[in-house]
Amino acid sequence: MALEIRDIHKYFGPVRASDGVSFTIESGTLHGILGENGAGKSTLMKILSGFYEADSGEVVLDGEVLDLRSPADAIEAGIGMLHQDPLVFLPFSVLDNFVLGSPGGIHLDRSEAQSELARVSADLGFHFDPAVAAGDLTVGERQQLAITRLMWLGAKVLIFDEPTTGISATQRVQLFTTLKRLAQDGLIVLFVSHKLEEVEELCDSVTVIRQGKVVYEADMPVPSETLVAEMFGKIFVQEDHASIETGAPLLVCRDLVLDEGTTHIEALDFEIASGEVVGLAGLEGSGQRTLLRACAGLIDPTGGTLTVDGTDLTGASYRDHLHAGVHYLPAGRLEEGLVEGISIAEHLVLVSDDASFFIDWKKAEEVATKEIDEYSIKGRPDSNAETLSGGNQQRLLLAMIPDEVRLLLLEHPTRGLDVESAAYVWTRLLERRERGTSIMFASADLDELLRYSDRIVVFFGGDIFAVRDAAETDGEELGYLIGGKERV
Amino acid sequence: MTRLRLAVPTLVSLFAALVFGVLLLLVVGAPPFEALSLLVEGSFGSASKISATLLAWSPLLLASAGLVITFAAGLWNIGVEGQVIMGAIAASWVARVVPGPGWVVVPGTILAGAIGGAVWALLAGFLKTHGGVHEIFGGLGLDFVAAGIATYLVIGPWKRAGVASTSGTDIFRQEAWMPEFQAFGVGWPVVPVLLGLASVALVWVLLRGTLFGLRLKSVGNNSYSSFLLGIPTNRYLLGAFALGGALAGIAGTVQVTAFHHKLVPAISGGYGFLAILVVLLAGFSAALVAPIALFFVAISVGSTQLDLRLGLDSAFGGVLQGVIVLFVMFGGAFAARRASWSRSTQEEP
Amino acid sequence: MVPIDPRGALIVEATFNSIIAAAAPLIIASMGETITEKSGVINLSLEGSIRLSAMTAFAVAFWVGNALAGFAVAAIVGALIAAIIAYSSIGLKLNQIAVGFVLTLLAIDLASFLGDSFVGERGPRVPPLPIPFLSDIPFIGKVLFDHNLVVYASYVAIGATWWFFYRTKPGLTLQGIGERPEAAFARGIAVNELRFWYTVLGGAMVGIAGAAYSLDVKLGWRETLTLNLGWIALAMVIFGGWHPLRVAFGAYLFGALQVLAFQLQDVFPGVSQVLPIAPFPLMILALVFVYSPWFRQLGSKFPRMRNLLGSEAPAAIGTVFERE
Repeated sequence: MALEIRDIHKYFGPVRASDGVSFTIESGTLHGILGENGAGKSTLMKILSGFYEADSGEVVLDGEVLDLRSPADAIEAGIGMLHQDPLVFLPFSVLDNFVLGSPGGIHLDRSEAQSELARVSADLGFHFDPAVAAGDLTVGERQQLAITRLMWLGAKVLIFDEPTTGISATQRVQLFTTLKRLAQDGLIVLFVSHKLEEVEELCDSVTVIRQGKVVYEADMPVPSETLVAEMFGKIFVQEDHASIETGAPLLVCRDLVLDEGTTHIEALDFEIASGEVVGLAGLEGSGQRTLLRACAGLIDPTGGTLTVDGTDLTGASYRDHLHAGVHYLPAGRLEEGLVEGISIAEHLVLVSDDASFFIDWKKAEEVATKEIDEYSIKGRPDSNAETLSGGNQQRLLLAMIPDEVRLLLLEHPTRGLDVESAAYVWTRLLERRERGTSIMFASADLDELLRYSDRIVVFFGGDIFAVRDAAETDGEELGYLIGGKERV
Repeated sequence: MTRLRLAVPTLVSLFAALVFGVLLLLVVGAPPFEALSLLVEGSFGSASKISATLLAWSPLLLASAGLVITFAAGLWNIGVEGQVIMGAIAASWVARVVPGPGWVVVPGTILAGAIGGAVWALLAGFLKTHGGVHEIFGGLGLDFVAAGIATYLVIGPWKRAGVASTSGTDIFRQEAWMPEFQAFGVGWPVVPVLLGLASVALVWVLLRGTLFGLRLKSVGNNSYSSFLLGIPTNRYLLGAFALGGALAGIAGTVQVTAFHHKLVPAISGGYGFLAILVVLLAGFSAALVAPIALFFVAISVGSTQLDLRLGLDSAFGGVLQGVIVLFVMFGGAFAARRASWSRSTQEEP
Repeated sequence: MVPIDPRGALIVEATFNSIIAAAAPLIIASMGETITEKSGVINLSLEGSIRLSAMTAFAVAFWVGNALAGFAVAAIVGALIAAIIAYSSIGLKLNQIAVGFVLTLLAIDLASFLGDSFVGERGPRVPPLPIPFLSDIPFIGKVLFDHNLVVYASYVAIGATWWFFYRTKPGLTLQGIGERPEAAFARGIAVNELRFWYTVLGGAMVGIAGAAYSLDVKLGWRETLTLNLGWIALAMVIFGGWHPLRVAFGAYLFGALQVLAFQLQDVFPGVSQVLPIAPFPLMILALVFVYSPWFRQLGSKFPRMRNLLGSEAPAAIGTVFERE
């Protein structure tokens, strides 16, 4: 038995998420799929599991071309997927989660299901209390439940999408044992990750995907350098670093403890000087967003203190942070930044200092025209936010940042932007830094991190893994660190 | 061009609704064209009929204007019916107890109506912001509670001397009535109409020209973004409830002091719910509310003639209103779907 | 609540008998809506659906001279209205609350308009059908088994809904699509198709409840016949926390209030007008209770208490599911 992927194409508008992907995996193999954020791993896995229909190409299992139009087709064919956030029904019991959606008649025989659950889970080395609500399980246990269910349904191919995010170290060990067992039993196991160490530890073979294409295939072991180079696709050239004189500490974290979902950051001692740019690196969901949101006042720290410019803001509200000159720009431009149905001019009115009751539309239009011109936004004062392209939305968000802001917190400031727009965004951001504004930004783009940061903080598995001076590190080292490994 | 593209499905839908109405009349064996012309005649056929139409237009305008505010904040204020009733109750209380001349009592009833409606709306608001009760269910529940209170007052504490009947309280003294303007041999509801038009104008100005309105719209369209922009979202939601409720409450005042001149159990006249239809059809726009409310109220008032002249049930008006709104919503959705289909087929390589 | 009377026992028996009978249509309607809402769709049109189906049931039964035909057509009317809501929400992406609300008012007026000529007519009715032997059991027999098919159908509705939800695979799937449709979809379940059909099924039950009113409880058609039954059914589903047995409990409680109000109206005039609003404050209090931090604490300490006392809405209720 083998799983063959033949020339899969999938476009989202102009984005080529899968651009002619082909590879073959033999049964009994634990196969790693490596790639950085946005490389096209997820799209490919969603095609395999029936969530997306490919625009063209074939998936062949055991010599048979599969017709994958929905998850039902994939399950029928024996392809099961474990999502990063295990898709369980939180208020339902473990047992109900186990049987829900399983084929066969009307009758729900819970006692039979319970013995099946006991049998299959014991086989896999898991243990469940069938009566407990799935919401009361840890993420790792939910994952075990999902694996148990798929094995019970007779899956031949199992896809694990970043399965180690949010689970404990012991659960990780257990998971890896299970994965190896499953592969030995003759299954095809796809392990999608971006953690080098895990792929190296676990996989028999590996496929590296970059920009929707397969760029590298090999049997393990492969030197780490090769994998890093293939994942990021270039030899990193160190840019001349436009370092500037930084001032007194602006943001000071002392013994800061942060908890959000599966992220736990312990006793963080950290300072950002005024005018400093700090980049946050790491796989998505490793804790960068938690730190940014905590600094913005959206999450209350569970311990320690946070001061901005000498003002203690520990536990203060979001609005207090705003008044203290902290400004947060989240990743979802149209979800958490701009408002649909509201025009450029109206957005600028919403953030202006002028709090007079009646709006002077003539003035508002002048302001909008000026900002549109200054930030080269392609749009008119009366264009609604949702009609703007991603780059122009980001430009509008930049225009909306108040002048006197002290600390700018940015999530993926240039994600999805073309090169020109991205460069433009940074030109404007660095102008602010000249005026003493400190910047902390999260990014998945190593070039961006290296080029613009003074310091880089690398997150791994929900905590800070390493801090490096940007001038003293390089892309290769960052690649290691993001994958949770020190360069040897 | 875009306006035209929007107008075409709307016109087609309106025509389809009319066809539906005609078919319905044929089903019950009524002469359709006579019936439709009776609608026009019954609402605009004489000075007194025009006056009656205008009097009915006023509370509908007020309630619709209030709903434009709450819809702008993204709220489904189904509690509007209860807010009209509580406004009417508060106004009745003032009309019953406050002595003095009309220029004291009448403004007093208007103020009381506004407060009554606002309080009732704020109750639904706090249930939403602090009690986790969705405004649809909170509002719906409060509608029935308000109706229960009105019934209780009419047959209990405020019952007519000697008789407890659901036909209403005693008629208020004349000073508490909203003054009419006599012309062409009939009284004209000048004050109610002015209140109604003023409320629409107020809402239009608030939403078009003020920071309050802009922030409200922002909260309504995306409350999380708005929060991140520094807008205190709960305060704006409650503000929208209070203002929308106040306008609905004044509609209640009009019902008791200009139309019934007493409190009756079904005091709202269904104008709260009808206003939801008006605002849905107006696409939540304040500017369109006035003509659409007039159109709807003409159908309602005119349809009473169907009963008198053709022996048809006056609910025909309500059927026509409902079908118009439903068909226009469907027309818009079909047009949107066709547009997205043709877009996606164009993108295909 | 029962007057002291030498014939007290008989009066108690009769009172309970009438509570069971009064609650029957409400139970059928609220079971239908529970099914619909469990699947994630809100059919807000209940008040209109019930009135229109009550009217058509009466009209058809009157023409045909057969009550059963009336029930059949009423089920179709309720199902059609539900189908419009389901299609406009799932297929056309319209707001299901808006469509449901418009249909409520439309159906109410349509019922009044088309039913005008039937007001005051006498039509067929559902014949009483005491169950042999069972109805002879002292007290219980009179209270539970001396009724007609509508009341027995209400028992079946409670039992079948409960059994379906908690003892069958499709019932578990139904709960899944209302709780987390993307997870159900990932398991190969056709979320939107199922939602459509459960909405239609719920609507058909609402239609049957309407027919029960005009052919059994009240006999005949007039506009005020159903006394806000639809709105009350919506309130009951929430009060009962989307659990068939608790919903049924709420409906019987309301039936008791109705009967009580009727019996007390000579003593306290007005009580009969005011008591029928009781379900609405109860609904609001139930929602506030479930939301309260107190209840949440209780729930995390004693999950069983939580399940007994109340539960939250299906997580995905009222939302549209679209595959990415």
